[in-house]
Amino acid sequence: MSQWQDYAQEGKALKWPYPVRYGEERKVHTDVLVLGGGIAGCWAAISAAREGAKVAIVEKGATIRSGSGGSGCDHWLNTPNPCSPITAEEIVEKEVVSNGGYTNGISRYIAARESYETLLELEKLGGKIRDTEDEFKGADFRDEETKFLFAYDYENKYMFRVWGTTFKVALYNECKRLGVEIYDRIMATSLLTEGSKHGTRVLGATGLHSRTGEFTIFQANATINCLSRHQRNWVFSTELVGNATFRPGTIVGNGHAMGWRAGAEFTQMEKTGGHGAGTGYSYPFYGTGNPFCTWVPCTMVDADGKEIPWVDRDGKVLKNVSGRTRPAPGQKFLGERERGYQWMAPHLPFDLGERIRKGEFRLPLYADLPSMSDHEQRAIWGLMVGEEAKTKIPLVKTYTESGFDPSKDLLQSYIMMRGDPLGDAFVGMVSPQERAGGEGGDAGGLLVDWDLSTTLEGLYCAGDALFAANYHYHAATTGRYAGRKAAWYAQKTAETEISRNQVEAEKMRIYTPLQRKDGLEWKELNAAICRIMQNYCGEPKSDELLQIGLIWLKDLEETALQRAYATNPHKLMRTLEVFDILTCSQMVIHASLARKASSQFLGFIRTDYPEMDPPAWHKWITIRLEEGNVRTAELPIDFWGELKKNYEKHCSS
Amino acid sequence: MIEEKVFATPNTPTPNRPVIFNRDACIGCNMCVDVCQMDVFIPNPEKGEPPIILYPDECWYGGCCVAMCPAPGAIRLNHPLMQRVRWKRKETGEHSRV
Repeated sequence: MSQWQDYAQEGKALKWPYPVRYGEERKVHTDVLVLGGGIAGCWAAISAAREGAKVAIVEKGATIRSGSGGSGCDHWLNTPNPCSPITAEEIVEKEVVSNGGYTNGISRYIAARESYETLLELEKLGGKIRDTEDEFKGADFRDEETKFLFAYDYENKYMFRVWGTTFKVALYNECKRLGVEIYDRIMATSLLTEGSKHGTRVLGATGLHSRTGEFTIFQANATINCLSRHQRNWVFSTELVGNATFRPGTIVGNGHAMGWRAGAEFTQMEKTGGHGAGTGYSYPFYGTGNPFCTWVPCTMVDADGKEIPWVDRDGKVLKNVSGRTRPAPGQKFLGERERGYQWMAPHLPFDLGERIRKGEFRLPLYADLPSMSDHEQRAIWGLMVGEEAKTKIPLVKTYTESGFDPSKDLLQSYIMMRGDPLGDAFVGMVSPQERAGGEGGDAGGLLVDWDLSTTLEGLYCAGDALFAANYHYHAATTGRYAGRKAAWYAQKTAETEISRNQVEAEKMRIYTPLQRKDGLEWKELNAAICRIMQNYCGEPKSDELLQIGLIWLKDLEETALQRAYATNPHKLMRTLEVFDILTCSQMVIHASLARKASSQFLGFIRTDYPEMDPPAWHKWITIRLEEGNVRTAELPIDFWGELKKNYEKHCSS
Repeated sequence: MIEEKVFATPNTPTPNRPVIFNRDACIGCNMCVDVCQMDVFIPNPEKGEPPIILYPDECWYGGCCVAMCPAPGAIRLNHPLMQRVRWKRKETGEHSRV
């Protein structure tokens, strides 16, 4: 019997297999506490440990494969290197301009400066970053001397194709070798602060073990938030819970919520996008025939085998496959998926949807892998789709075992038919009310300075938890940077006594759902939050709608959440996640209320302020909690100042 | 064969079965229980048996359980019925699916 229902069918109940220790306390002292053991977290831990700090990782899943990049990584982007003429300054300029200024200049610049050395370090740890077996010898995208493979822009060679399934285990082993203490299956629930006050120094965190229910107090001189960002605020499938998000289902915004409660400042929380990836019913990401990301530069054909043209930034049809990975005449270099003209990569025509509707191309469309050269075919299917997160087992292994052969088969696209993870958005078929917040690329997150220190002393931040951040290479490099910064801070700081009252209050908060005998389970609560967000904080926003949204979220908090109940430690964890999802939803609405202007770049439409991106609102809106009151403020769009000068001033001790 | 004993049971969540174990190949080591990010499994009360799928609806379909399994063929990822991608053989036009 391998499923719980087999036991139920025999009239038996399964006993909880782990010892139950609700409320029992364990105390851990460390110099540097890393919350979240994903890519950023592991790099932060390694980097802090190398500086001589005692380090502990708290991870909700299992560190050996946890995080968005735990199962793999196909491309290591935005990396100046000896094969490329592109500079760190040019890369950040691309990010800034393409995002209308709304990108994280600090972390993007740190990443661009340190990305290559981070990649080489990863190789020393056992990560595979070169074509050492000469599988792609002579390929258009290979540097024969270094054996590096590149993606997207074969001329400028600043985005690497890598064997990312080797990365996480290598990082995990290095953490172990360095003596990093790893606490798996513990969900961080709150930050401990000096005098248990808002906005004061962070002294560590509390955690709940999701199998035993045990409570852990982590006391640390420095803490690093590597907990990624908010998800499941607009879209939640009660049936396909784990598959309803692009990033792993462990990522729900725990770090954002606990940072908010402690008084940290956030920015860009109002940004959303169209939700193509995880409506719960989408086909597997990268698992349909498509011309995006991992699948560039695959040829697409219609039902009759008629080729869909690839065009350059001027709409000029490209005659051969080679042109899809090279800049247009006069274009300096290509971005991975920038829509901004300057760095726009070749793509399918933006009016594809219209042309299908008019009958020019017949559905369904297919990816014509068999027509691609041997190098490109294997680079797309096997390397990119294979080494990217969630692709080796779910796609390459599973499809191959079902008989799929990339040299013979046309993999179907679901463009215009619903369920294509990226294709739906490309032809404008995503629901305007089901927004992507943290599920998207750059999202809202913690405000940081050039030390990657948040506005709370002793709390650092790295990876996707940072405001306007994204990507594996970025998580790795910012983790590595924040790790050493936190270690240096910890070395010169004395341990401070934590407040017993704060611990007791947190225990009361997290264990209350166990004390109810019935009520509401977490799934229905999550779904209810999503409905409120869809209705009152969807695509059209206004002061009126957002205020009503706040009323109903508050109502949910005061009524339904007071009836939330859980019957084992696992369900208690899921229930507490939903509490944090509600908090993050409130943060989004507060940030949305504060921005009284529409912005195309932020996916932000205010029907009461319809002018798009008016210059007066070209700035960051920040939010934080102070003694229970929401404080909003603003920062100049380029508040980080001169990139090179500031980086060089801060990068070493 | 139709069950003679009938119990009152709730509906099982969808998808019912995110992975399929091969009892003959599984060595009951619980590696998949240890590496699953969503904690979908619990160890089987009977030692040496494949784990119990307790929270099938929470599966992320990341495949870490399969990737880390030391016993070849013991565990197979099973895509939900509504998420099985199709393809067409270029030469023959024959349609297939996952």
